[in-house]
Amino acid sequence: MKARRRSITAILAFTSLLVLPDVPAFAMHISEGILPAQWAILWFAASAPFLFLGLRELHLRGRRNLHLKPMVGLVGAAVFIISCMPIPVPAAGSCSHPCGTGIAAIFIGPLLTVVVASVALVLQALFLAHGGLTTLGANLASMGVAGALAGYGSFILVRRLSGRWWIAAFIAGILSDWATYTVTSFQLAAALHGDAPLGKFFLTVLLAFVPTQVPLGIVEGFMCVGAYRFILTRRPELLKIFAV
Amino acid sequence: MKIAIAGGIIFLLALGMYIGLRISDCKWAGVDESVVEKFAIEANRPPQAPLINIERGDLPLLLFLLAGAAGGFMAGYHFRSLFPPKDKG
Repeated sequence: MKARRRSITAILAFTSLLVLPDVPAFAMHISEGILPAQWAILWFAASAPFLFLGLRELHLRGRRNLHLKPMVGLVGAAVFIISCMPIPVPAAGSCSHPCGTGIAAIFIGPLLTVVVASVALVLQALFLAHGGLTTLGANLASMGVAGALAGYGSFILVRRLSGRWWIAAFIAGILSDWATYTVTSFQLAAALHGDAPLGKFFLTVLLAFVPTQVPLGIVEGFMCVGAYRFILTRRPELLKIFAV
Repeated sequence: MKIAIAGGIIFLLALGMYIGLRISDCKWAGVDESVVEKFAIEANRPPQAPLINIERGDLPLLLFLLAGAAGGFMAGYHFRSLFPPKDKG
């Protein structure tokens, strides 16, 4: 049994090493310098309160619950890996990455998801040329805030309406991914539309994301279901401990 | 049996990648390049070089390998404390 676990761990570790090495820059994160200063500052200001509340929640809940910090660490590592993992989408002929914030939000809540997303984005911007420091606020607003809130909100809503965890987890995964890219489209349109109408520019950018993100959102939905099922069968009490 | 399954999966993956990449002439560019940068360049806001520009030779490969290893280690370390083996839990 131990040998089997070791083999599975080794396969997972090897797979994570295989999927990550690649050339940099292949995802939705807005790169350095794309947003004008006023928009970059605005998005920093918009995401800062969520980050502050998330850090406060980590401090308060971490004192009461000794399992919280390991769970945040595990989810943070998963978000970091997932959000810099390029997945080729044959239908679109391009690559993009899932965000992982849907999974994070249903396990640790939306505010703590903002914290782990901020850590992942800073590390990616500094060491992997993925995203940027000036666009950190915008990327945090789309991936951390919008992705987490959409994932968490839809999970709670569907759970209450249907009662089936797998439908709720699947929809949370899909909507967190799509919400992230919708907000990214809006951020780009708001900053770059120039003389063109904002709504039309927004739709143009959003439609450009569709061929890649529609299938990837569905993949992210399945990832959410798999992760939730794993904890449900292996250690369901954790779901009660972390229920926000 | 396990070795046969692992070998079969590796063979199928390699075959699928070989056929897929032979048939397809896609560049597999990321959406940051095909969407974000495209619109940014059209709006005269091309991306700037990152603060730490890693695009030198094989440096990106090393950094992404380290990122994968560090992320995998962190995940595994916390996973073990949350899901200990049954004989230790």
